[in-house]
Amino acid sequence: MTEQIKPFPLMDDAMINSLSRLTATLVLAAAPAVLALQPSYAANHYRIDPASHIGFHVGQAGDGAGISGTFPEVSGSFDIDRNDLAHSSVAVTLRAGSITTGQGRIDTFLRSNAVFDATNHPEITFRSTRVVPTGPKSATIEGILTARGQSRKEAFQATLVDEGGARMAFHVTGDIFRMPYGMGIGVPIYSNVVTFDMQLQGRR
Amino acid sequence: MMWRNTRTAYGLVSRLLHWTVALLFIAQIPLGFLTQATAQNPALQFDLYQWHKSTGFLILALAILRILWSLTSRKPKEPSGTKPTMQCAAHMAHAALLTMTLAIPLTGWAIASTSPLQIPSFFFDLVVIPNLPMAVSDSAEAIWSQLHAWLAYGAAALIVMHAGAAVFHAIRPEAGSLHGMLPQRSRR
Repeated sequence: MTEQIKPFPLMDDAMINSLSRLTATLVLAAAPAVLALQPSYAANHYRIDPASHIGFHVGQAGDGAGISGTFPEVSGSFDIDRNDLAHSSVAVTLRAGSITTGQGRIDTFLRSNAVFDATNHPEITFRSTRVVPTGPKSATIEGILTARGQSRKEAFQATLVDEGGARMAFHVTGDIFRMPYGMGIGVPIYSNVVTFDMQLQGRR
Repeated sequence: MMWRNTRTAYGLVSRLLHWTVALLFIAQIPLGFLTQATAQNPALQFDLYQWHKSTGFLILALAILRILWSLTSRKPKEPSGTKPTMQCAAHMAHAALLTMTLAIPLTGWAIASTSPLQIPSFFFDLVVIPNLPMAVSDSAEAIWSQLHAWLAYGAAALIVMHAGAAVFHAIRPEAGSLHGMLPQRSRR
């Protein structure tokens, strides 16, 4: 015969039952208050507006301007918990073939298999894995960046710059080393570091 | 062998400069051709261009050094028995080749300077060589590229003539000996 282990050996079953009912009642009574304090668990979903600006810059040896450009074709979404940024997430997709620098021959080079290989790897994606608040309106966004078929953990700094109605805008910056993605062509004439400067706009 | 030229023979410095410039210059011709033939492999093309540019600047520096050395050195005496027309042709060919070792790198520098791509000339990834003060445009780049290529083809023809003449003099000494650049031809 196996003896049943009681959670509270000094209490009989009746006492335990009434205690359980009391606990349940207290929890139920307190629940609305808890929910009121944390309405944030219902995060808002935003679609990334194509008007978002994805800018990048690569420095060069000497005192020249380097290469600056944009990815005009951007899509994705973010889920923002206004009161608890840590429960937010973001997923962004850039069309590699949309890269534009204002110099057609450089664009052709960047889209070619020398750099992005846009034919075989048409998309550059970022999926957040962790959002660490750094201030009331800012956070470090960690995630997986995939480009040219290589996936690596990267981090960006995001700051809420505008919100109102059904829209939200973030200024996002981050430095990415390009060599690990198989895009080391031209290093060290052109820097290994690609500096991103983005305005991500979302619409609910 | 003497460092400096003697009355009858070229010295070690002249010979080393001659062969260093010659080998680099000859290597540049197929390398330059490859930069135009590898458009289907832009990464390779980019790297070949940088090697071609760095080597070109090296040739320019050595060619300047070589001309300065030549101007400040005695010239070995012309061997007797060389026909004046042959002497004249040889002098013109040598002057043309020396000019090419300056002009072709300079036109290459002009291409890099006028190209709207404005790719820095990072000499063997050591030091950035500034662009020449020239107006940037696609058309200027195209013109300098044409000139660069035609001068290179011309230089290739001159090199063949020059090497042919050297071989001719080596196997037919009675046609007039020459102050060879090869060690075994050194004479005191």
